[in-house]
Amino acid sequence: MAEKRKKKLGIKQRYSMLTRGLSWETTYQDMDKVFPYDKFEGIHIHDWEAWEDPFRLTMDAYWKFQSEKEKKLYAVIDSFAQNNGHLGITDARYVNAIKLFLTGISPAEYQAARGFTHVGRQFRGVGPRVACQMQAIDELRHAQTQIHSMSHYNKYFDGLHSGPYMHDRVWYLSVPKSFFDDARTAGPFEFLTSISFAFEYVLTNLLFVPFMSGAAFNGDMATVTFGFSAQSDEARHMTLGLAVIKFMLEQDERNIPIVQRWMDKWFWRGTRLLTLVAMMMDYMLPKRVMSWREAWDIYFTEAGGALFKDLERYGIRPPKYADIATKEAEHLSHQAWHIFYNYTHAAAFHTWVPEKEELDWLSEKYPNTFDKYYRPRLEYLDKEEKAGRRFYNDTLPMLCQVCQIPMGYTEMDDPTTISFQSSEYKGDKYHTCSLGCKDIFDYEPEKYVQAWLPVHQIYQGNCGGPEIEDVLKWYNFNLGADNLDYSGSPDQKLWNEWQAHRKKA
Amino acid sequence: MPVTSIGKYEFEPLDKVENFHGNQLTYINWEKHLLFCAPVCLPLPPEMLFSTFIKETMPGVYGKHPDFEKINWDEVTWTLDQVDFIPDMAASLKENGLGHKSLLRFWTPGLNGIEGSHS
Repeated sequence: MAEKRKKKLGIKQRYSMLTRGLSWETTYQDMDKVFPYDKFEGIHIHDWEAWEDPFRLTMDAYWKFQSEKEKKLYAVIDSFAQNNGHLGITDARYVNAIKLFLTGISPAEYQAARGFTHVGRQFRGVGPRVACQMQAIDELRHAQTQIHSMSHYNKYFDGLHSGPYMHDRVWYLSVPKSFFDDARTAGPFEFLTSISFAFEYVLTNLLFVPFMSGAAFNGDMATVTFGFSAQSDEARHMTLGLAVIKFMLEQDERNIPIVQRWMDKWFWRGTRLLTLVAMMMDYMLPKRVMSWREAWDIYFTEAGGALFKDLERYGIRPPKYADIATKEAEHLSHQAWHIFYNYTHAAAFHTWVPEKEELDWLSEKYPNTFDKYYRPRLEYLDKEEKAGRRFYNDTLPMLCQVCQIPMGYTEMDDPTTISFQSSEYKGDKYHTCSLGCKDIFDYEPEKYVQAWLPVHQIYQGNCGGPEIEDVLKWYNFNLGADNLDYSGSPDQKLWNEWQAHRKKA
Repeated sequence: MPVTSIGKYEFEPLDKVENFHGNQLTYINWEKHLLFCAPVCLPLPPEMLFSTFIKETMPGVYGKHPDFEKINWDEVTWTLDQVDFIPDMAASLKENGLGHKSLLRFWTPGLNGIEGSHS
């Protein structure tokens, strides 16, 4: 006689057995030796069991759920490719946003996977460990599905052939790379504060919403579908971000100042990183969604304001220099685009001067700053380009020691004066672009004196050779195709041919 | 505390002057001329005369700006590492006090960039 089958477990019981039930207190070895990394940051945890996982997701359910989404995504990617989806985008200039995403953000997803894999081993509490393990798999999936979604463009457009390779070498990609290197080399609690909280919770809407609505507005169905497929993961990641913050704050009041400092640091690093998104929104989308200023007001000032109000009861205040970041929202995209316009001969995507209607849009969206500071410059650059003297900056820029962005940010009370900060450490000078970056340097100078600053590395002779052409070859660029102005590029030529063909048909 | 770490944590800085083959890094910024998006960074021999720096280095960096040829170098005002500074043209960069990773900023009175926009 067969034994009578046992009743199925309830969700709560099942969650408990498949997560909490997988852990134990070690006896042959001291727990501190088994989990050596979860105390040195100074965070005190008294009760790991107090960790709440609002999703109660177990691995078996996770696989099932993800595979459903995967099937849908790949069906859309296939149909996008079969129907020549690239012909339906608004303009070939749009693809430059994809280039930036694929070389700057997708490898960062992989970096996040590495980070979560690491901390998913290092917490002695099983709740956060399981949550981090799942997020590690999510991040790997995001890197992979982004590459698959966008690889269709690689068949037709330049600059998409070496994403991960470029990520490790190219000057502007050291900005996202150093951000994640900094996070991954911190302790596990700081890592979660940086990636799960500051990035995924506070700032993620400023990255994902603009990119995905930008894709939708510009006819890029492949990327939009990826966005939808990642959305439910992102919701889980955001929840983890808030859960870890509340967990740390509730466990011990000595944790509060540490958490506050990390919030200050990672808010600032995050806003610096988002400079790239600001410029994408205001300059790279042929059909615009909203201005960076508007996105900042909605997603940071309003949504972030509500969040920090909620955290007030723990003794947490809004991030330091949030006021400066809000003022910078008027200038950020223009300054960033100008940096890339200066150095497009050394970038794997194209830049251009916006067309007249686009300049008018910017004037309308930035009534306080655009006409006064930025429009005359762009009109001058346009004139020069049309006269056959396209302006490029021939000298490598000074970089910030912390965010690694060329020092193009200005003082908010004097927007045409560059902001300079500096520190001395062990007899050497270190320069930073802002008080936010200077604070970060001054707190942990020993970490940032090791920064791999692309400009300094080139001058040391570590990047392929002394001439700029040697360096660009070392970056694996196809010279004359990947770089330089959009006007005259092979991308533009091909696009114009398609359009002419379509008219004829 | 110079770093939060699990143990002893001391490493060589990546940008020591010895790594630059006899040169030292100099950062230069032409104020109110943001056509050049950021200050520039150049490896320069410390023995280079300041006058040579003006005559030979500067045109390669800033020569593309329509204001450049209008600069009257006698009227230019300078700061070196954020302190007011009057360069001695006949002396070397080093003798003028420029060290590794020094920041040299200069103002050109009367020249306000593209259409007065400080670009």
